[in-house]
Amino acid sequence: MAFAAFATTTSEAEQVPRRKSPVALLLLLPGILYLVLFFLTPLISLLLTSFQAPSEFGDIGQYTYAFRWENYLQVVTDYLPHILRSFGFALIATVLALVFSYPLAYFIGVTARPWPLAQSLMLVLVIAPFFISFLLRTLAWKQILSDESFIITSLKAVALMAPDAHFTGTPAAVIFGLTYNFIPFMTLPLYTTLERLDLRYLEAASDLYAHPVEVFRKVTIPLSMPGIVAGTLLTFIPAAGDYVNASRDFLGGPDSQMIGNVIEANFLVLQNYPAAAALSIILMSVILIIVSIYVKRAGTEELL
Amino acid sequence: MTTSAFAAQGADLELVGIQKRFPGFTAIEHLDLKIPPGSFFALLGPSGCGKTTTLRLVAGLEEPTAGRILIGGEDITGKKPYQRPVNTVFQSYALFPHMTVLENVAFGLRRRRLDEPVAKAHEALRLVELDHLAARKPQQLSGGQQQRVALARAIVNRPALLLLDEPLGALDLKLRRQMQLELKTIQEEVGLTFLHVTHDQEEAMTMADTVAVMNKGRIEQMGAPEELYELPKTAFVANFLGQSNLFTGPVVGSTSEAIAVGVAGQRIVVPTARAHRHVGEVTIGIRPEKLSLHLSAPAVDPARNTMGPGRVIDVSFSGVSTQYLITVPHVGTLIVFAQNMAFGPVAEEGGEVWVSWDIEHGFGLEDEPADTPRFEADTTTRSIAAQRRASLITELEEV
Ligand SMILES: Nc1ncnc2c1ncn2[C@@H]1O[C@H](COP(=O)(O)OP(=O)(O)OP(=O)(O)O)[C@@H](O)[C@H]1O
Ligand SMILES: [Mg+2]
Repeated sequence: MAFAAFATTTSEAEQVPRRKSPVALLLLLPGILYLVLFFLTPLISLLLTSFQAPSEFGDIGQYTYAFRWENYLQVVTDYLPHILRSFGFALIATVLALVFSYPLAYFIGVTARPWPLAQSLMLVLVIAPFFISFLLRTLAWKQILSDESFIITSLKAVALMAPDAHFTGTPAAVIFGLTYNFIPFMTLPLYTTLERLDLRYLEAASDLYAHPVEVFRKVTIPLSMPGIVAGTLLTFIPAAGDYVNASRDFLGGPDSQMIGNVIEANFLVLQNYPAAAALSIILMSVILIIVSIYVKRAGTEELL
Repeated sequence: MTTSAFAAQGADLELVGIQKRFPGFTAIEHLDLKIPPGSFFALLGPSGCGKTTTLRLVAGLEEPTAGRILIGGEDITGKKPYQRPVNTVFQSYALFPHMTVLENVAFGLRRRRLDEPVAKAHEALRLVELDHLAARKPQQLSGGQQQRVALARAIVNRPALLLLDEPLGALDLKLRRQMQLELKTIQEEVGLTFLHVTHDQEEAMTMADTVAVMNKGRIEQMGAPEELYELPKTAFVANFLGQSNLFTGPVVGSTSEAIAVGVAGQRIVVPTARAHRHVGEVTIGIRPEKLSLHLSAPAVDPARNTMGPGRVIDVSFSGVSTQYLITVPHVGTLIVFAQNMAFGPVAEEGGEVWVSWDIEHGFGLEDEPADTPRFEADTTTRSIAAQRRASLITELEEV
């Protein structure tokens, strides 16, 4: 359902689906099997795990099947700050990425239209970071922003930063990392819609007394809504569950742990599988709810 | 019409020495144009001659390479599109796909913070008979309906100058007639200035006070429709507005009233006042409906030109008139429209005929004979366009 937002053409919504034919069903079969096997199975297993109780005589990390819904209550009370922080960070990073990406995508997709070569070159530059593992890139940022780095020492030298302040490990560093890592995911869908934006609509709007700001607000933004929705989803969903940027090994610190880090710790370190599973289910459900409300609003009021 | 309450007065438009060059292509050579306030001005020309470019320059969507644009005496060359008291009905409609028909029409009113935009938009939609579709999206309308919405969206603003880029192109004949009347009514009632672009010469002639014929980025001739039809200046105009029979030859004699041109050994006389050139090689034209057919050599009449004998090579019946194609040795092919006064054609195919016409009906072109090509006959061309115009005016008076 959320994926309907990735469709960039809006008129299709009006079209009546064609009659189902057995061939179409046959062609769908591998996909359905795949989903059942690799999506539904782990999901059910996760759901079952989340209700498990510790085994009576077992070691640490030994659990038996039960219906211990208190697990959910427990993780919410324990980790509410992390849950809230995750969505807060993801939201801020999404907004920042949108603010950075929109002008960039507009420039590549609209302003640079007369020069297709420059367009492709800039697109390559946007995609280029993908060629290096994002773990390496995030580690590089850790180096660049570390206390001994040139940037931080210079900032301290000109007294823009307190002498004993750090950047890595702060929430700002995590948000920075999230924004940086997801900018291409925001830029590409925006670019695809803006690249096809019919400039005659903008001309018509300015002919009808709309000054540039109004043209942008009333015509450009609504017409690029499919790209905005796709880009924000592609950024927000993975950012909310991200555990790399906020990890202590990368840009995070004790005060900037996100839900992903907590899940990781519970699974791999504390071996509290039910808690980790319950957190995962909560994360998934909240994302699903937020995304459906968002897509529904964006879809009904502006998209169509 | 109550909407006239917020109407701006029509303003005059003046283009001074406009030139427009695109990279590697000159779309407009040199354009001087003056459109009086409250007039209905038609810009007529073949595809690609620069009509849309001219409108875009006036609307501010394109910057002229040289020249100035004045509306109501004010130089607006440097102004942005949204600052100009001009609205456009775009050739491609450009209706906003994310807004309903009603919101499309109300767009300009809202931008200008006028009160009651919705009521006014409904009224404009009623004018184009689309009020019942106000809640639809543009994609859910037919091409003709979209065109009418585009018209409503521009007209609702009552701009001092309305630019219409082939606004009736997608409509069927009946609706087109109706919209022509509607446009003319709006224009006359509110006194707006209309700059109407079309390549339908009949539409231009029936609706406009002044017609300018444009060709290859230049205005070939400008004037009242009758004047353009009766006294075309160039071969292009003579054949773009209706059809013409053209003869070229040297001037063999002239008096103060008339000049005589030798064409294949026959003397063709044309009044001096109706000829744009009086010496050297001159091209004389005559409209097909002004020619009379004779089955035998007509008696010599000093008031008439005669040509013949020729042979009828084609007869085609078109209802009110019959069109004859006649080849005259050393002259070429002539077209004759004869009113169907009697049953059956006056002359048979292959028959020998003569043609004659009142010397007062001929016209002499300004063109150098070297560049007087014959243009393909335009099938939509009807010599009765001028009469249509007269009937349109009477119809308007009845409304
Ligand atoms: N942006 C542009 N760049 C280069 N050439 C252009 C551009 N816009 C228009 N032209 C050229 O200028 C000429 C005039 O175009 P214009 O659109 O004004 O024609 P038109 O008279 O409106 O034709 P039609 O009746 O087909 O609409 C055409 O030959 C066209 O190819
Ligand atoms: Mg055009």
